[in-house]
Amino acid sequence: MTNSISLSRRGFLISSGAAGLTISFLAGCAGADDNTPAAADLPPNPEVNAWVHIGRDDVVTIRIARSEMGQGTLTGLAQLVAEELEADWDKVVTEYPTPGENLARNRVWRDFSTGGSQGIRSSHQYVREGAAAARMMMVQAAANEWGVQVGECTVSKGVITHGPSGNELPFGAVAEAASQLDAPSDITLKDPSTWTIVGQPVARLDTADKVTGAQQYGADIVLDGMLLASIKAAPVRNATVASFDASAVEGMPGVVKVMQVGDNAVAVIADTWWRANKAVEALPVEWAGGDRFNSADFEAELDEGLTAEEAGIGNQGGDVDTAFANAAQIVEATYNLPFQSHAPMEPMNATALYTDESCEVWCPTQNGEAALAAASQASGLPIAQCEVYKQLLGGGFGRRGMSDYVAQAVLIAKEMPGTPIKLQWSREEDQRQGFYHPTTKARVRGALDEDGNLTGVNIRISGQSILAGIMPQAIVGGIDIATFQGLASPDNPRTADQSLKYTFPNFRIEHAMRTPPVRPGFWRGVNANQNAIYLECLMDELAVAAGRDPLEFRLAHLQDSPKSAAVLQAVADRSGWGSDDGKHRGLCAFYSFGSYTAACAEVTVDDNGQLKIDRIVAATDPGHAVNPQQIEAQVEGSFVYGLSAMLYGNVNFVDGEVQETNFDTYNVMRLSEMPEVETIVMPSGGFWGGVGEPTIAVAAPAVLNAIYAATGNRVRELPLNYRNLREA
Amino acid sequence: MARLHVNGQVVDVEFDDDTPLLWVLREQLGLTGTKYGCGVAACGACTVHIDGMAVRSCVYPASAIGAEEQITTIEGLSEDGSHPVQEAWKELDVPQCGYCQPGMIMAVAGMLNNNPEATDEDTDTEITNICRCGTFQRVRRGVQLAKTKM
Ligand code: FES
Ligand code: FES
Repeated sequence: MTNSISLSRRGFLISSGAAGLTISFLAGCAGADDNTPAAADLPPNPEVNAWVHIGRDDVVTIRIARSEMGQGTLTGLAQLVAEELEADWDKVVTEYPTPGENLARNRVWRDFSTGGSQGIRSSHQYVREGAAAARMMMVQAAANEWGVQVGECTVSKGVITHGPSGNELPFGAVAEAASQLDAPSDITLKDPSTWTIVGQPVARLDTADKVTGAQQYGADIVLDGMLLASIKAAPVRNATVASFDASAVEGMPGVVKVMQVGDNAVAVIADTWWRANKAVEALPVEWAGGDRFNSADFEAELDEGLTAEEAGIGNQGGDVDTAFANAAQIVEATYNLPFQSHAPMEPMNATALYTDESCEVWCPTQNGEAALAAASQASGLPIAQCEVYKQLLGGGFGRRGMSDYVAQAVLIAKEMPGTPIKLQWSREEDQRQGFYHPTTKARVRGALDEDGNLTGVNIRISGQSILAGIMPQAIVGGIDIATFQGLASPDNPRTADQSLKYTFPNFRIEHAMRTPPVRPGFWRGVNANQNAIYLECLMDELAVAAGRDPLEFRLAHLQDSPKSAAVLQAVADRSGWGSDDGKHRGLCAFYSFGSYTAACAEVTVDDNGQLKIDRIVAATDPGHAVNPQQIEAQVEGSFVYGLSAMLYGNVNFVDGEVQETNFDTYNVMRLSEMPEVETIVMPSGGFWGGVGEPTIAVAAPAVLNAIYAATGNRVRELPLNYRNLREA
Repeated sequence: MARLHVNGQVVDVEFDDDTPLLWVLREQLGLTGTKYGCGVAACGACTVHIDGMAVRSCVYPASAIGAEEQITTIEGLSEDGSHPVQEAWKELDVPQCGYCQPGMIMAVAGMLNNNPEATDEDTDTEITNICRCGTFQRVRRGVQLAKTKM
């Protein structure tokens, strides 16, 4: 095999890998920008503090602890830092500190975990304080150099100016002196009204390489002497490898090693992935045991949960039983939502290099520290001898918060010490070995009095708990609070960012935990997606039963949440709600991940009952809008994710095996199905809400309610699969 | 040993007859801009051009490529990211995670090669690439912006 084109990228990767285990890696690497003539003879500047390195050439390198997976958190966090730093935005670049460095430095960058739309909202305070401290230290260093008072100095766009003398010093000239100073203890952050970078629709920092193919993902890693692995884990959960016939594939071209991985998987290592994958597909394996689960059979268990005596109560108020006993009219319906798989475009992968002294892993991960812990555990080496180099993620959606594929890569690499091995999953493996968004059903009920006033609401969710499956320690008193996203109590600080915003006189939200033998996982939007369908389709059904306008009916119960009312009113106004134009519209308002969101969908259903989603107007109030154009991108993308699930998403288990193993059977939305999305970003300030997930929740309910407006039929079971919507 | 024309270069490369072009590009030629998403021609992440036509390289055996056929990958679409589609993509910040975008860009560039006046409707029917991040709206706008730069 010849290799006619040699890539310079290889050289880069090898050197970054070799330097990886030392703490000096960051400072050394960031300083590589220093190539101005004046700086050429000097050693690179040390970092100003953990968050900021400034080169002698004034290049500002901002350290980003959270993972970028398309959601734009990298650019948003850099904006926060640059703002407090008073940096020149045009000189900003970013880099990831490694999880190993975080541990070695007493977790100076705190949490690396990237999920729950938390990237900015849970780190903005300490990230901004870190940047402000760096700025203060640089001003102090400049003042020291001039022998003047700090109060006489100002700073703007990376330049410190002494007012009285007019002297100026750029950041690069004082960064080294600043790094020697004590960190200030008294830090005041800028008032939001003075922001010039935060709140601006600046371009992403990571776009250029994504349009040329230069952007490197985990799947693209090439290390010197690297071999490739493909894996096949038991297609049935909890099954193990009984036997496999390595000799059947050992003679196939390029095959280097055939091996068992843990107790439930086999892998082939070869000189190319294509060959490794062909061999693993051809490898005869006998599996033993496992849960031969059928989704269809689970329906009965879910149904039983809908009316079971026992259920955990997530939120309640008033006396709901009396409200239903005295109701003039009761609306009741059952909604049914299937399993989903994350299906990020880049299938799982990790590259590992194991030696007797160290274990290094290159991988796309939403949780660098968990990946590091997995590497340590799988390698059997102390965590201080392991390191993880985070790669850009080709999508995460919650799937890459798990580290199963990291542990596999290390176990495989351990069989060939000194040889880097890239484990790449096939799409089929990715679909089969998911942590699935659980199926749930809900019985939703509302009580109306004689005048059409809503007197009681009862939602009984039946189904799997994600926390019970992957974080059982988070289950308190038998209750999984995450199940109640968007329906939860505002009084519990752990659920306040996921709380119910309607004011109901009497209500009870319950969950009957019913657990199938399926690995559950956090899936972009998580339970808010399901709960918004339950709540907001019920509200629509109730409005119709009460003979009231769905907008007015909702607003009548949002009296205590003016921000919810505002986003709902905004989409109604922009969409032409209530106008006599013959369009069929549906509404949804929901609060989750700390943000207020609403949507109005416009649909057409033709004579054959075929759906076309024509237009969506969406509004979001995330408090502070760090980058409005990226919020728009997330809102647009949220409709693709949410409507893909509504239209097609369904993972079906037969005899324990996933039936939809690639995009030909696990279909997702395409361009032709994309409605025009108009996004209203309406930050009201004063709080920090999430962006990547909350809008997904409003996608399906708005469309489902519009379908009712168009047809008089309610869709209560997903996916839609373009069934005839004119058939009741 | 087969001779391929890739991005204007002539390369001699050895591969098993059934190896899809995708893996020859990625693994033998180091052109990792072309992505693996599904391997069954369902997602478009692996789209490259053969003589200017967009093809899904994950199901295209490298051995089926003719001696004179010109393969263009995302790395060869332009020298410096200045192809009108790439320029439009940067201007509109189309990519999110970006993993699908080399394929998306090659599919769009291929469409515009054949149909420089492509409308939104043409885009909707011809561009069937999957983007799980959901960049479709900006892709649609990007096509129209790219047209003005051709
Ligand atoms: S990887 Fe070729 S179409 Fe999906
Ligand atoms: S940009 Fe992430 S899959 Fe398209």
